[in-house]
Amino acid sequence: MKFTLSWLREHLDTDATTARVVEAMTMAGLEVEHVIDPATKLAAFTVAKIVEAVQHPNADRLRVCQVDTIDGRKEIVCGAPNARAGLTTVYAPIGSYVPGLGVTLVEKPVRGVVSNGMLCSAAEMETAEESDGILDLDDGLAVGTPAAVALGLEAVIDFEVTPNRPDWLGVAGIARDLSAAGLGTLRDLSVAPVPGKFPSPISVKVDGDACRLFAGRLIRGVKNGPSPAWLQARLKAIGLRPINTLVDITNLITYDRARPLHVYDAARLVGTTIEARLGHHSEHGDEHLIALDGKTYDLGPRMSVIADAGGERPIGLGGIMGGESTGCSNETTEVFVESAWFDPIITAQTGRDTGITSDAQYRFARGVDTGFVVGGLELATRLILELCGGEPSDVVVAGEAPAPPAVVAFDPDYVRQLSGLTIPADRSAQILETLGFGIDRAGATWTVTPPTWRRDVEGKADLVEEVARIAGYDALPATPLPETARPAGGVLTARQNRARIARRALAAAGYSELLTWSFTRNAVAKLFGGGADELVLANPMSVEIDTMRPSVLPGLIEAAGRNARRGFPDAALFEVGPVFAGDRPQDQRLVIAAILAPHAPRGWDRRAGDDLFTVKADLMALLEELGAPVASLQTAQGSAASWWHPGRSARLQLGPKAVLAEFGELHPAVLKALDVDGPVYAFEIQVEAIPEPKRRGKGRPAADLPALMPLSRDFAFLVDAAKPAGDLVRAVAGADKALIASARVFDVYQGAGVPEGHKSIAIEVVLQPREKTLAEAEIEAVSARIVAAAEKVGGRLRG
Amino acid sequence: MTDLTTLEADLSAQVAAAPDVAALEALRVAALGKSGSISGLLKTLGSMSPDERREAGPAINGLRDRVAAALGERKAALEAAELDARLAAETLDLTLPAPPRRKGSVHPTMQVQDEMISIFAEMGFAVAEGPDIETDFNNFTALNFPEKHPAREMHDTFFFNPGPDGERKLLRTHTSPVQVRAMQRTNEKPAAPWIATTIEPPIRIVVPGRTYRCDSDATHSPMFHQMEGLVIDKGIHMGHLKWTLETFIARFFEVEGVVSRFRPHHFPFTEPSAEMDIGCDRSGGEIRIGTGSDWLEILGCGMVHPNVLRLCGIDPDVYQGFAFGLGIDRLGMLKYGMPDLRDMFEGDTRWLRHYGFSAFAAPNPATGLS
Repeated sequence: MKFTLSWLREHLDTDATTARVVEAMTMAGLEVEHVIDPATKLAAFTVAKIVEAVQHPNADRLRVCQVDTIDGRKEIVCGAPNARAGLTTVYAPIGSYVPGLGVTLVEKPVRGVVSNGMLCSAAEMETAEESDGILDLDDGLAVGTPAAVALGLEAVIDFEVTPNRPDWLGVAGIARDLSAAGLGTLRDLSVAPVPGKFPSPISVKVDGDACRLFAGRLIRGVKNGPSPAWLQARLKAIGLRPINTLVDITNLITYDRARPLHVYDAARLVGTTIEARLGHHSEHGDEHLIALDGKTYDLGPRMSVIADAGGERPIGLGGIMGGESTGCSNETTEVFVESAWFDPIITAQTGRDTGITSDAQYRFARGVDTGFVVGGLELATRLILELCGGEPSDVVVAGEAPAPPAVVAFDPDYVRQLSGLTIPADRSAQILETLGFGIDRAGATWTVTPPTWRRDVEGKADLVEEVARIAGYDALPATPLPETARPAGGVLTARQNRARIARRALAAAGYSELLTWSFTRNAVAKLFGGGADELVLANPMSVEIDTMRPSVLPGLIEAAGRNARRGFPDAALFEVGPVFAGDRPQDQRLVIAAILAPHAPRGWDRRAGDDLFTVKADLMALLEELGAPVASLQTAQGSAASWWHPGRSARLQLGPKAVLAEFGELHPAVLKALDVDGPVYAFEIQVEAIPEPKRRGKGRPAADLPALMPLSRDFAFLVDAAKPAGDLVRAVAGADKALIASARVFDVYQGAGVPEGHKSIAIEVVLQPREKTLAEAEIEAVSARIVAAAEKVGGRLRG
Repeated sequence: MTDLTTLEADLSAQVAAAPDVAALEALRVAALGKSGSISGLLKTLGSMSPDERREAGPAINGLRDRVAAALGERKAALEAAELDARLAAETLDLTLPAPPRRKGSVHPTMQVQDEMISIFAEMGFAVAEGPDIETDFNNFTALNFPEKHPAREMHDTFFFNPGPDGERKLLRTHTSPVQVRAMQRTNEKPAAPWIATTIEPPIRIVVPGRTYRCDSDATHSPMFHQMEGLVIDKGIHMGHLKWTLETFIARFFEVEGVVSRFRPHHFPFTEPSAEMDIGCDRSGGEIRIGTGSDWLEILGCGMVHPNVLRLCGIDPDVYQGFAFGLGIDRLGMLKYGMPDLRDMFEGDTRWLRHYGFSAFAAPNPATGLS
């Protein structure tokens, strides 16, 4: 919404500057976006007078002028046909930028005569689209007067109107709030009715819920044509294009009172009734309308249609745009003026369906004043009679205005209770009354009647806002929150804390945290086991991000690909974020995913680079950090999902139904689909699958620090080559739970000495004596149990 | 005695000339070993007369001790020389590069989220969460958005296709639906343990999370992060709101002289509503906080609308409170000087290296937030 200070002063008696108005608006809730001040752009341009103009010695169409300027007498070469002695015009000095030409003036000879500046046209200053000579100004203007002042150009204030305040879409509404804010006195906004001279030959009719109230009157004998300069200037200042007087009057009232109107050329109407109804379906198809913008629109059954010819011919989209067939032109002599109240929701929907965002549509969609339907018509009548002459008929009305906002029972102390502000009741009442609220102060609880233009006010909290915002939020007393008991041991849940720990632990381990989109393209989602219809967006920004992700991995892998294409192929990336198995809340899970695409720079020491076991080590360390029962975890080789390398991936689980993580090398076909070079190693942890820590307190059980030295024994077992080593290790470790502290593979061998199809696995077993050192016989006994346990899982002690 | 003198001179010369520890050991065995020359002399003592022994004993023992000492000295010297030689041979060129170690980092948005949570935790706020895929009811209706509110239009909200029951789910446009989940009176257990469910007032929570809108430019992105705050108790008014946010902002930016102001605004789910601006300087082309005479809008807030309380089963005449919404990414951009929101989600390792945070930059009252 745009307006100028002079327009505001039509309704507000104030001498406030633009800056003061902007400040007051901002602090009353009218968020000013910017102030466009032509004076800034035209700062270099000032009024000057041509003292003498003689023919240029070397050019027929140029004159050499002696000009009195703000910089003194100047010799200026000018090509304008109207450059003559005595002309009051505008001067631009050397060095100034001329917006209409896009040049900065430099001192240079024009056909041999140096021009010390420039005399300007309106087009050159961009105050008009075209001009046929330099400006011809009022001779009364003093030399040096800023051009913006001379041309009456004003600053335009552009501000954001929140959807609850359609009354701010009219300058009068702004003036009302500014008067409450103490910027001046609101002038009388009432409009005295104009008595009709004859019964309206055109009647109106309302059918359906699109138009609730339809008022109109005929004015005959009008003379249409270009509107007067003041009206054109007012519209142009806020970027509207003058059309003709009748149309300009409707636009003026739209912006002045947030009251859209429509004018029909009555001579072009068919029949004697104008009907506001919903669109018709018929066997011939939907109705259509050629609107004033020249485009044809299909009219649906939930659109507000204005029709004549006994309701048969659509002549307008009610509240949105009129039809071409009955528009007013300079030839119009009889005008039917419409002032109606169109349903906000239907108007908003019709705007969306047709793509029309007119000034009328914008206002009706937000709700115009239900109490100013006939008032707006009377105001239009007055302006038409004043500017176009004519004779008005009686007013005809159909339908009923929607009920006004309900009265609110209001305890004035509620201002203090809700806002904390201490404001005397009289002051609260004064603020509300200035804003147009009616107050009955009989009794401790007031009865407050909101004005008809404040359909947003529905309760006492709204009244507090009115009082508080006008009193000023600066006065709100900053008050500390009451002390509350804090939960012992911090506020984060175990799950939230795990996300936090994972982040810090992985960052410390050399991984960089990414945040990738929660959505991906459908094909990628399918590749990772997702892509169900219920997770596909109906209105994605692009097909690249149209499906909720089933896994964080593709986002990380694709990021690694982008980095590789930038020349940074080495990637250790992670993300802690949601994945979606379905559209129900419980289908959203938190995962910690990391990838490693090792591309270490070549090293002089030929050290082995990172590999899948690096990722496994990082995964195990992280799980331990997260409090997972790592000692109980099974590594289920080959059971991970399809996007992993089938021979190089596994699940970490407490049981088949309690899978904590999957890890491995990504399937080459998946990497190819994601356009990334492998190998890529990765893991994905399901945070919610990690059991909650059992202990609550911070205390720890006593430490187990045996006094006796541990001893170790090595065993080598032959097993089937396909047998996972983990099975053997678990069997060995479980052979004597009391004595065996650890069992760890230190060699895996296939080749000479090992039968075909087998491998030798060497395990170091650490025994921890508890009460006394172990006798040789005891060690022998444990060894025998270890060998027996290994045999149970197919391991044969190597001779 | 001449024999002893000769022997000693001879042995001394040999000890001095021994080229290495092995030769020295051979020498020791030859002199002091079981059948060594000095051992042989010692053995002769037994067959001597007491007088002879009285003279020869000390002489031979003295010789033995001196030779043993000389051997020891020479051995130490030889070992030292050998160590020196070995160490000289073991020289490493330490100007060679060490194997590279990756430097990991925490994403700035998550760092900022940790910082924000630590400030609010200090003020007694717990952290609540809810799902990204929400119902229209929780995201809009329960928050008092009138039908056909502009924010409900397709332009802003990502919708899913209607399910078999006709319900059209959406991606939450703010984390405010968690307000509803936390306030709503229900006997149903939450769908998952992590999802917020009924909290009896007093309520004091912040809700961080991912939010989504169909928009993309330097300050908008289809996905971003928001932190909602909610305080419900008896007697909570706008002054508490002001104190909470002013305190938060002053602590968060960690610079002197952060000034702020509250302006009236409109949100469907709060009444009265406000926006908070902070003082800044835009003169250098970038925004600097804590200086300058410009204002920058940083958050929306207000008193929870009575309709919202009522819909959740809380009596607005008994309890009242406030809510606010903070852009986590946006606050991070302002505090740490990141110009474009979209970079946050690009995953450019160069950007992460520059703007990311050390694992050890966890907020800490002794060292500050980062």
